[in-house]
Amino acid sequence: MADRYIEPDTPELRARWGNFAWTAENAEKAKEVVSRYPAGRQRSAVMPLLDLAQRQVGAELNTQGWLPIPVMEYIAAYLDMPVIRVVEVASFYTMYNIAPIGRFHVQVCGTTPCMLRGSDDLLEACKSRGMKKGHISEDGLWSFTEVECMGNCASAPMVQINDDNYEDLTSDRLNAVLDALARGETPKAGTQDPARHTVEPVGEPTNLVAMMTENHDYRSEW
Amino acid sequence: MPKVKVDGVEIDVPNGATVLQACELAGKEIPRFCYHERLSIAGNCRMCLVEVKPGPPKPQASCALPAAEGQEIRTDSEMVKKAREGVMEFLLINHPLDCPICDQGGECDLQDQSVAYGRGASRYDENKRAVTEKYMGPLIKTTMTRCIHCTRCVRFSEEIAGVDEIGALYRGENMQITTYLEQAAKHEMSANVIDLCPVGALTSRPYAFEARPWELKKTLGIDVSDATGANIRIDARGREVLRVLPRNNDDVNEEWISDKARYMVDGLTKRRLDKPFLRRDGKLVAVSWNEAFAAIATLNPGNSIAAVAGDMVDCETMFAAKKLVGALGSKLIEGRQTGMDYATDSLAAVNFNTTLSGIETADVILIAGSNVRWEAPLLNVRLRKAVKRGAKVFLVGPEWETTFGGEFLGEDLSVLGNLPQNVTDALSNAKRPAVILGGAALGRGGLEAGLALAAQFNLLRDLEDGTQWNGFNVLHMAAARMGGLMLGYAQKGGIADLVAAKPKVLLALGADEVDFTQFAGSMIVYIGHHGDKGAHAADVILPASAYTEKAGTYVNTEGRVQWADKAVFAPGDAREDWTILRALADAFGVTVGFDSFDQLRDAMIVEVPALGSEGLADYGSVLPNGGGSAAGQIAYPIKDFYMTNPIARASAVMQRCSAELLHGEEIAEAAE
Repeated sequence: MADRYIEPDTPELRARWGNFAWTAENAEKAKEVVSRYPAGRQRSAVMPLLDLAQRQVGAELNTQGWLPIPVMEYIAAYLDMPVIRVVEVASFYTMYNIAPIGRFHVQVCGTTPCMLRGSDDLLEACKSRGMKKGHISEDGLWSFTEVECMGNCASAPMVQINDDNYEDLTSDRLNAVLDALARGETPKAGTQDPARHTVEPVGEPTNLVAMMTENHDYRSEW
Repeated sequence: MPKVKVDGVEIDVPNGATVLQACELAGKEIPRFCYHERLSIAGNCRMCLVEVKPGPPKPQASCALPAAEGQEIRTDSEMVKKAREGVMEFLLINHPLDCPICDQGGECDLQDQSVAYGRGASRYDENKRAVTEKYMGPLIKTTMTRCIHCTRCVRFSEEIAGVDEIGALYRGENMQITTYLEQAAKHEMSANVIDLCPVGALTSRPYAFEARPWELKKTLGIDVSDATGANIRIDARGREVLRVLPRNNDDVNEEWISDKARYMVDGLTKRRLDKPFLRRDGKLVAVSWNEAFAAIATLNPGNSIAAVAGDMVDCETMFAAKKLVGALGSKLIEGRQTGMDYATDSLAAVNFNTTLSGIETADVILIAGSNVRWEAPLLNVRLRKAVKRGAKVFLVGPEWETTFGGEFLGEDLSVLGNLPQNVTDALSNAKRPAVILGGAALGRGGLEAGLALAAQFNLLRDLEDGTQWNGFNVLHMAAARMGGLMLGYAQKGGIADLVAAKPKVLLALGADEVDFTQFAGSMIVYIGHHGDKGAHAADVILPASAYTEKAGTYVNTEGRVQWADKAVFAPGDAREDWTILRALADAFGVTVGFDSFDQLRDAMIVEVPALGSEGLADYGSVLPNGGGSAAGQIAYPIKDFYMTNPIARASAVMQRCSAELLHGEEIAEAAE
């Protein structure tokens, strides 16, 4: 969080992104997004549009994308709202990247369930690949963030890389995923435990076993 | 009208009141930081917690909780005391202990409330958060580490000023208040956020490290930088005015003042005329008062004398000059320096009749020839309020950046006689229609065309609630204008009548906007306070007092008579204007009928009784007939908001504002 900063507004940045405009396809999408909101309330579309813009930048850069100041100004002009309000939104939500980002944005969850299940090992594995909080690795491949709970506690520990979650990780499994990504492959998203299909119990169920075959009323046993 | 109990006392509160307002009605003080009467409710500082039954068994933020029938509110319980202590302790966690070097010290809400409601010590021993400085322009100094995130400044710029430029970036502990890309706040009311800031995060840059509030002598005054007559408090130490702050007056300025009113005061110590001067061989030479009067006595003008009043003089000065000119047998007095000659037979026709607070309730407003943001920033705030209530605004004149939308109809005065269909429809269907004529629309038949509109759209009408509505308004730019018109400072042909009379002596009362080349044959006696355009053209300079240095009566553009007190003494040999005029009477060998300020004021009130009572002067409710056709390209008279009067032109702060905010120069920060 504290590492978040808005990429400074430089002439180079202006030169690179100053003429940002929707692609034909995204222009259609943007129009559709704005039409979801009642007349006079187009400003509400700022969040989906920022996401769309970030993805368009990402497609151009082959990363998850980020939001340079001129792009935010473009959105503000598109929605006829003050730029500062757009910047407020973009800087508030951490899913908007407000500084350049590497090819893969590795977000390791370090909240209690993941930590208990070994997220420290994952952090270590990332560190050994040269990932550092708020920095892009030298090869431009990795950006690294430690995040709070991503809601995958049943398959902890987990890592989110760009739009996909990788769960049930150990440092070996994470390394396998990262290597595959580095080679340009697309590893299977979701759980990395070969014995698991999704977040079903590992091995035999241990909870609510009496309910497996029939509806059982536990209340008298509380 | 819900009935609530506050600390055991039952009271009726108005519908829609909040619990905080109910407590205030009951006479209880509720501490607060984010809540402000004139801004929307944010509810983010949590300082106003009270105990409310029925409700959850926890303290409630009273500012955001509606008062409801049967509520029992406690502001004195143990729970409330603990809650306030807790909030205070949390607020102070990240607040630096730099009160000794903070300019807010002594007038800081956080300081006062932590003494009154805090627990005395903190249990926090981690590091405090630090936030980088933010640049907000030449007027606002920031120390954002002190910010407690009340967001008053954000709400002010969005809601009141109408210029979204301040915002809160990031989130949680990292939240930072800043302008977009740290650009300077660029509107005419920006410095009001300094007053709003409850802590020392936003302080006054020109006033930085100048004085402590308890050192200052506070005097009630009236602002003369424009014609709205904002109520101000003049804070002075010794003989120097250090700052000007707004006073509350809901009818005039609410609690805001423009940046110019606030910051031109440093010009009061620069370029001052502090000695009499005589022009000898084309050069101005400093002389003593005796020499100056001896020289004047030899002029012997007879009745060939005229007086021109400047934009910032008080009624007493104008009246004294009128008496002097009259005693010599002349009637040539004029205040409209730039040559305007609109008819002044009916003062209602040149007055802001709807009043500043009344214009908020208008539903269709047609503005002609006025860049309101520059000519009367406080009126602009009112217009914005009117639009927020649903008013439609149409404007005639070159486009300027309004803060309230509005439709520009054209740049020529002839539009007034030929309004588009949608405008005439809107005006005829409006319940409270209003027309505002600015200075640029008064000449060339504009005033008559405006009066014709007043008749056409029935701007003078009785409203359903029985009150009278007068929707015809003229917006002046000079603080002295309405007072001058009431005192008769208007010739039929304007200043041209004075030029035609070729007076031997021309008294210039702080008149700096006159084209003095027209008076090449006259001896120009300049009675004023700054070495500006008037002094350059003068043959005799008699140093007088600025608005902070004399008591006076001022009439604002809506005809509101207001009195200002004297805050400091004029510098050097300068004297109060009326004493100079009284002495001139002796030099000319005539009597003017007053020997003291009180006698002068009494004589003035006898002649113009309306100047004797504070409040709106009654100009009658009859508008003269208009007609004729107006034509001509409109050009706004103010070219530079920060440079409109001699005090502002002398002010280094205003010069910097003009250069940086209007002319975009990069001003290098002085090395610190």
